[in-house]
Amino acid sequence: MTAFVVRRILVNIIVFILIGIGVFLLVRAAPGDPVRMMIRPEDLQEGSEAFIQGRREELGLNDPILVQYARWFLDALTGDLGSSFISRQPVSGLLAERLGPTILLMSTALGISLLIAIPLGTVAAIRRNTSVDYAAAALSLGVISIPSFFLGIVAIYVFSLQLGWLPSSGMSTPGGGGGTDVLQHLIMPAAILGLAGAGPLTRYVRGSLIDELSADYVRTAEAKGGSPARVVTRHALRNSLIPLITIIMINIPQMLAGAVVLEQVFAWPGMGQLAVRAVTQQDYPVIVGFALYVAALVLICNLIADIAYAIVDPRVKVS
Amino acid sequence: MDDNTEPLLVIDDLAVEFRTDEGVVKAVDGAAFTIDRGEIVGVVGESGSGKSVTAMSILGLVKSGRRVRGAIRFRGRDLGTLPAKELRSIRGAEIAMIFQDPMTALNPVVTIGRQIVEALRLHDKRLSKAAARDRAIELLALVGMPDAAARFKQFPHEFSGGMRQRAMIAMAIANGPSLLIADEPTTALDVTIQAQVLDLLKVAQQETQAATLLITHDLGVVAELADRVVVMYAGRVVEQGDVTTVFTAPRHPYTVGLLESLPRLDRDVDELHPIPGSPPSLLAPPPGCPFHPRCPLARDRCRTERPELRVVGNGTAVHRTACHFAEELAAVPTEVTR
Ligand SMILES: Nc1ncnc2c1ncn2[C@@H]1O[C@H](COP(=O)(O)OP(=O)(O)OP(=O)(O)O)[C@@H](O)[C@H]1O
Ligand code: SF4
Ligand SMILES: [Mg+2]
Repeated sequence: MTAFVVRRILVNIIVFILIGIGVFLLVRAAPGDPVRMMIRPEDLQEGSEAFIQGRREELGLNDPILVQYARWFLDALTGDLGSSFISRQPVSGLLAERLGPTILLMSTALGISLLIAIPLGTVAAIRRNTSVDYAAAALSLGVISIPSFFLGIVAIYVFSLQLGWLPSSGMSTPGGGGGTDVLQHLIMPAAILGLAGAGPLTRYVRGSLIDELSADYVRTAEAKGGSPARVVTRHALRNSLIPLITIIMINIPQMLAGAVVLEQVFAWPGMGQLAVRAVTQQDYPVIVGFALYVAALVLICNLIADIAYAIVDPRVKVS
Repeated sequence: MDDNTEPLLVIDDLAVEFRTDEGVVKAVDGAAFTIDRGEIVGVVGESGSGKSVTAMSILGLVKSGRRVRGAIRFRGRDLGTLPAKELRSIRGAEIAMIFQDPMTALNPVVTIGRQIVEALRLHDKRLSKAAARDRAIELLALVGMPDAAARFKQFPHEFSGGMRQRAMIAMAIANGPSLLIADEPTTALDVTIQAQVLDLLKVAQQETQAATLLITHDLGVVAELADRVVVMYAGRVVEQGDVTTVFTAPRHPYTVGLLESLPRLDRDVDELHPIPGSPPSLLAPPPGCPFHPRCPLARDRCRTERPELRVVGNGTAVHRTACHFAEELAAVPTEVTR
């Protein structure tokens, strides 16, 4: 088991470095000049060309790309991802303080997704081709097809503006605070993100449970005298949920994309919000740092999935 | 409640249909036979003749099928009209099943031990976990599992096919059933393992004194293990009687064909006579006798009039056949060799 985990970690590190090279080159290849972005157009006047060149030299943007990469890589090894072109603050610090809110948002959303998808998918599978099943299908399709920013705006309109039940933006009330306060801010974005994820997961649970229900071992469990509830929960569902681990992990990047959008709508102080701003300002170090954080997040999730798989599925050979 | 004048299990004019996209499949169409306490009944017939559907109907395990006719009485109670809860109290306790493929019949993510413990505790709520565990290990040892205590903790994929089928048998006899249903229990196994598992089945049967319904393609196995044999064709019972009588003096052309298609020690291999043609479509079974398109004795009456199962011969044991012209069959093969 330990050897298995170590091997997986090593593979992930190599993948991570390759992703780093890719991201670095891609961002550098993008059109536009970050130095010009830093200067307001009205400030552009004679002599500023020299100033721009000076800044480029200062930031190392005129060196060969390999040199730039090597410098960046060595710094990155020490945890230094450079500083924002705009705010001059260290990138790692900027990202680190936004990682927590994003992870909080995503994990709450994932919990909500599962709380909806597992029971709903199970009921849909057991009562397949009945009105319950069709209703579940319509619901899943609905949440998949409605864009989450739209749901977000509707939710803010209803729950914040009309009813005044929930705060519409941010992560906490200035001056206030505390767990309940954060929770109140969290409910809407997490519920909307969770709902969007629940759609496909419900379909998946349904399909996989239907497959398992026709398996021979289910018939054996029935022949032993097990009640329908027992046969489903102790036997079929256990088997059908194992592949769900993979599905969830495959969906993490998609969920992150959803989180980026909702962080904008709800002014949630997460990485997405930071990244969107960095992209519009061509703040290279922040964009690269963000991409690396995302890559790391995805790789770590995959690693967790692999290990979880090895734990819950006795058939996975880890030696 | 226990009606002692009736056999343990009575299958009376059972008919089961499946609705498919192509039409209604009459998988079982008027099957009828009985099983007495402690006796072994072999059920034979070509693939698709309705053996499994009949067997699964007993415990109500045919999911998509519909029972359109007939009754299945166990100890005088009609299993088909029993409330679900009562049927569950019989499943795995009084009637237990052993399935064909031990590779898929066990839950892959639950240890063998827990699956046997489940069978025990489902029917004895007062049995403690520890006692159930001890009993399960005892059962594993009983079915010839070496190192049963260690095996208890293992998962199905850690077992060979033969060992899994042993575990299935342990699970089936866990609650001392009075009827064991084994649907081709050795077909999925290596030839070398088959004999061992059959021996074990015999031991288990003697141990529990359970009546046994043994479905198999192997007439040799029937000859060796069974007291009586039921021959099925196109969802019907075409012949039944005690093994010796049926195998030495078959009174149905299909049974004769089955026996002649067997490899025998006293014949050359090239003298094998597989029955020509193939079983009829169950979507649109031929009128009259379902065997007539393949029957060497068929004539006009066979094409219009369905032969009913009737008593033949004058032996003491009841021998029944569903053929208009049973009396024309001379006594054919005299022995069955494996
Ligand atoms: N779920 C189902 N839906 C449709 N048809 C079915 C279903 N189950 C069985 N049948 C049909 O019923 C008929 C009888 O099947 P059954 O499994 O009882 O045959 P069998 O005698 O056990 O054959 P084998 O020796 O191959 O196991 C077959 O023609 C089969 O195609
Ligand atoms: S009834 Fe006719 S067709 Fe059917 S088995 Fe007898 S002789 Fe053959
Ligand atoms: Mg079968």
